[in-house]
Amino acid sequence: MNAGRLCLLAGLLVSVFAAPGTVQAAGKSIFIQSTTSTANSGLYDHLLPRFEAETGIEVHVVAVGTGQAIRNARNCDGDVLLVHSKPAEQKFVADGFGVKRLDLMYNDFVIVGPEADPAKIAGMSDVVGALQKIAGVAAPFASRGDDSGTHKKELALWSAAGIDPAPASGKWYRATGSGMGATLNTAVGMGAYVMTDRATWINFKNKNDFKILAEGDKAMFNQYGVILVNRAKCPDVKAELGQTFIDWLVSPAGQAHIGAHKIAGQQMFFPNAK
Amino acid sequence: MQDGGSAFALAFGLLASADADLLEIIGLSLRVSLTALLASCLIGLPLGALVATCRFPGRSAVMVLMNALMGLPPVVVGLIVYLQLSRTGPLGWMQLLYTPTAMIIAQTILITPIIAALSRQVLEDLHTEYSEQFRSLNVPWRSEIAALLWDGRFTLMTVALAGFGRSIAEVGAVIIVGGNIDHLTRVMTTAIALETSKGDLPLALALGLVLLVIALAVNALVFVMRQAAAKFAYA
Amino acid sequence: MPECTAKTNALMPLEVSGLNLDLAGQLLIDGIDLTISEPGVTVIMGYNGAGKSLLLRLLHGLISQTSGTILWAGQTQSNAVRQRQAMVFQSPVLLRRSVSANIDFALKVRGQLDAAWRDELLELVGLADLSARPARLLSGGEQQRLSLARALSCRPDVLLLDEPTANLDPASVAVIEDILKSACAEGVKIIFVTHDIGQAKRLGDEIVFLHQGKVAEQSAAEAFFTHPTSQVAQAYLEGRIVV
Repeated sequence: MNAGRLCLLAGLLVSVFAAPGTVQAAGKSIFIQSTTSTANSGLYDHLLPRFEAETGIEVHVVAVGTGQAIRNARNCDGDVLLVHSKPAEQKFVADGFGVKRLDLMYNDFVIVGPEADPAKIAGMSDVVGALQKIAGVAAPFASRGDDSGTHKKELALWSAAGIDPAPASGKWYRATGSGMGATLNTAVGMGAYVMTDRATWINFKNKNDFKILAEGDKAMFNQYGVILVNRAKCPDVKAELGQTFIDWLVSPAGQAHIGAHKIAGQQMFFPNAK
Repeated sequence: MQDGGSAFALAFGLLASADADLLEIIGLSLRVSLTALLASCLIGLPLGALVATCRFPGRSAVMVLMNALMGLPPVVVGLIVYLQLSRTGPLGWMQLLYTPTAMIIAQTILITPIIAALSRQVLEDLHTEYSEQFRSLNVPWRSEIAALLWDGRFTLMTVALAGFGRSIAEVGAVIIVGGNIDHLTRVMTTAIALETSKGDLPLALALGLVLLVIALAVNALVFVMRQAAAKFAYA
Repeated sequence: MPECTAKTNALMPLEVSGLNLDLAGQLLIDGIDLTISEPGVTVIMGYNGAGKSLLLRLLHGLISQTSGTILWAGQTQSNAVRQRQAMVFQSPVLLRRSVSANIDFALKVRGQLDAAWRDELLELVGLADLSARPARLLSGGEQQRLSLARALSCRPDVLLLDEPTANLDPASVAVIEDILKSACAEGVKIIFVTHDIGQAKRLGDEIVFLHQGKVAEQSAAEAFFTHPTSQVAQAYLEGRIVV
């Protein structure tokens, strides 16, 4: 391989690196650190083209669990945080990483499980009672186990039921340490009960014989919040563009778009910005 | 399994319709993995040649290290690169996180040890064959390495193929540093992971089949080139 | 048949004294003292394991002696000295390139790329028609002729050959011997190892007989083949095994 050929290769390499797609140069764009349910339910596909058409701002969504999203935002790797774990969100703001937390929308959690329903929880609306019955017969239960918003909610419900599932981990209580989708796949695979947000469940295609067994408890309320990452902690945050996005989401128009997003005739999220 | 059949139908449907989103994802996959491969070859081949031809203290340790690094878990590489490129990390000022460049960097780190370790083996065999003749001809060290790389080029293609296979197939590193952002950093493997998480297993499988077709095409191309080379006893 | 003339040779005489090679506790070359000053062809003979190939490699500086000195016209081995030598190995080592590219490579590392000279050499060894052919697709005899052409490409003063015609058919052997004779006629000093007594008789001006890492006998070829002085050389010529 002679020098000329090496030069050619190096030139090629540089040109590939310099090719378009290295996004920061592309003007008005922001990154949002988001929970997966909003992305997987197609909400962003519904909202973002409308927002971009109105403002010219391109929004890039990094969809991970709420816990991971918050950690990424703490590393300043995002301009806006959109997740669903109010205590963690409030801590994020209190620690100075977020400017202000705004309620955005809600839906609810449900408990899904196999048709056979070994714990006989079908039709229950009392979620604490349902969990107690599952633990009572030691029926398999799949947990996210990943510090996500859903996981935190699930732990709070176990606590309300007076049950510590930790000793049963590996037996009937199975923490997958994965995202909602992966956990649903696992649960379906092993016939385990699992708690999920309704939007993800409606969108989930690998349902097999699983169905919603317990729903409707006020304790299963699932609030989503939106926060602008604080420029005081993260100087590179695109605060103006991020604020524009948040303002749009909580505006009557944005709220109406959220409420209009339906899958198979079912509304995914219910706007409740104040 | 009924998923298998519908996945095949879906895969052919996807390819036949030349879906714009799919083409974009395939294009980015190839761009990221091929660029990472090129960078890895530029680093790994000279490194492999160096270790193959030079005797120096600690050479065995370097060889063991290179072999061990072939088993680097992609997630760990992704994490390390993420921590460097994060806005609060030491290289955060470069603003590379969640870009294809970040993915290229992570995959380059992932496959350079593969290129270096495997090419070391290939070049050392060739070196053993050539070394007496080269000493007899007073071939300077740099010309020797160039000759080894050139004469070993068809065997080294297989080495590159191993690196390409690893980079095009891995998901752990690119999903962390790329973020699987639609129209920006979504590649075949992260798209498969996404569809799996949505429970759309036939679509995930169909994308997997498309990936397989790409891998097959690349492998077939290299195979044909090697066959041609073998015909001339160059390989 | 051209005669080897006594032109001055920049690397002659060759003076070897007290040469030892110890490999893993085995003294494979055992105190060799040897002076080669005559032009022409010096043939190194001896049983398998006598140390012939090792001696050739030591002379060319491919391996280093444990002790002793090798002086080419008073100089120790160096790149500058080796530049004036060329070696042909028993099994040719050819690059995975075309016939002409193999010669070009040797010329290029010396910065003496010369297409006309290369073509002349290929003509000399009868490979002109095959110049574009991949070198490793040549027959054994053609490969060895190419090795020889490559060795001659740098116009050496000394040509070292390690059983260059072992495994070759008689026609190829004849071609190679003719090339060696004409090289010799142009003043190249030739030192080669062979097991072929007939070949040694055809080409040799001087015979060095090695036995167990020592020089058992050094004589003019004619004397060696008619009246060998050492018992091992006698036994060798009569086809007997000496333990």
